[in-house]
Amino acid sequence: MVAAAANPVWLTFPCQGLGGRTPGLQFHRGNKQMVQTRCTRKARPATISAKFELKPPPYPLNALEPHMSRDTLEYHWGKHHRTYVENLNNQIAGTELDGMSLEDVILVSYNRGDILPPFNNAAQAWNHGFFWESMKPGGGGKPSGDLLELIERDFGSFEIFLSEFKSAASTQFGSGWAWLCYKANRLDVENAVNPLPSDDDKKLVVVKSPNAVNPLVWDYSPLLTIDVWEHAYYLDFQNRRPDYISVFMDKLVSWEAVSYRLEIAKARATEREVEEERRKREEEEEQESDGEGVQMYLDSDADESETE
Amino acid sequence: MALRSLITTRTLTRGAKSVGFGLRGLQTFTLPDLEYDYGALEPAISGEIMQLHHQKHHQTYITNYNKALEQLDQAITKGDASTTVKLQGAIKFNGGGHVNHSIFWKNLTPANEGGGDPPHGSLGWAIDTHFGSFEALIQKMNAEGAAVQGSGWVWLGLEKEFKKLVVETTANQDPLVTKGASLVPLLGIDVWEHAYYLQYKNVRPDYLKNIWKVVNWKYAGEVYAKECP
Repeated sequence: MVAAAANPVWLTFPCQGLGGRTPGLQFHRGNKQMVQTRCTRKARPATISAKFELKPPPYPLNALEPHMSRDTLEYHWGKHHRTYVENLNNQIAGTELDGMSLEDVILVSYNRGDILPPFNNAAQAWNHGFFWESMKPGGGGKPSGDLLELIERDFGSFEIFLSEFKSAASTQFGSGWAWLCYKANRLDVENAVNPLPSDDDKKLVVVKSPNAVNPLVWDYSPLLTIDVWEHAYYLDFQNRRPDYISVFMDKLVSWEAVSYRLEIAKARATEREVEEERRKREEEEEQESDGEGVQMYLDSDADESETE
Repeated sequence: MALRSLITTRTLTRGAKSVGFGLRGLQTFTLPDLEYDYGALEPAISGEIMQLHHQKHHQTYITNYNKALEQLDQAITKGDASTTVKLQGAIKFNGGGHVNHSIFWKNLTPANEGGGDPPHGSLGWAIDTHFGSFEALIQKMNAEGAAVQGSGWVWLGLEKEFKKLVVETTANQDPLVTKGASLVPLLGIDVWEHAYYLQYKNVRPDYLKNIWKVVNWKYAGEVYAKECP
């Protein structure tokens, strides 16, 4: 559930069922050969059919009182979160999305911003699970270790981070979420590659997102979130969103969870770099061996037909 | 509050003068009164909801709208294009919140004062023509209102140019006019959670089902008659 970092879809997406049956699901636009390479690397059966389960928060529903009431959690988890999960299961049963991980359903149905119907339920199912695990009884206070160091490096101080996070949460117009994320990625512009990747590309950022959208769709690794839909705080705070945000930061945040997610995000980033390197090497090798072949054909059409 | 708007008005007037825009000061907005008591829409909408909705939510939109207008005036005076553009989000959101809620209060009236009475006259006919029946319109607005993702509004609007009735939804506090320059709102239903959560919790469809008992169709009919004489 806490698998925080975004896997690019093509790493885990099964090859089967991609053959354009659903036009809306076509998101590959690189050359065909690359797609095949990616798919064969991590292909898995597409026949798994499983339902997503509503996982309870890792504490009793009254454990966050008086800061977040049992009543709020009974509705928020017991009704809202449950409805997202149930609707999602109904929506994807028997479709290509059935059997994918929740993260993959989110990325595929996000469809590069032109969202498909299951997106809202999938993302909200994920967001809420992530939100429950962002809190703990007796939370709040200040982080420590690597996390604190990164916060101080990237925001200037913990206090500045706090004010940026609170400001993002209180200025999200309408329903949505505010996030602390680890942004490990290099440039993600079509098939462009960052010519000078460096450690400066990896940093903590505060972002906000409307409605169901979460930072997985931008390939960021979420570390912490606060739900600023009104249903998250209305029973306890009514219109006073800023009070809810302050109490969340002062009394509820589980910095242990955030630190743990940061470690995973960093490890994932490293793993992806290694993978990327390997892919680049392979491509270069392929190009070199292709290069000899190309010299034999003067007509470029011939090249294309060969790769069909 | 009163003091605050006074100061605001003065600052804005001075700002405008200094670049020679004449004596025109920027108008600030204040919370309009309701024409009924907070508890008068019960049991469809609780007094607690009405009071928070009017005194807190609507007031906050107005406060922030005035603030944004003041900043806008200063930015324009200074020729600060980037701030001028940056303020558009806050203006649309808070100004939209003010516009929408001002209409919403007029769209409601207690059941013993005609709330829920179906529209008569030309609007009644137009609804039958465009949607088949009054019930069909309600069903359509309930379905579209329930489907609004996150916060927003569902509207019955008049497309002025072609004299056509339409059902539209808008996100957050976008006013109906963002969906078309010639759209006139006849009835707007707030489907933000703050409009119903204390009473209906997660069951937005129940709120939508009940709000029809306090809809002021007389007001909608008057707006319609004025636009389509």
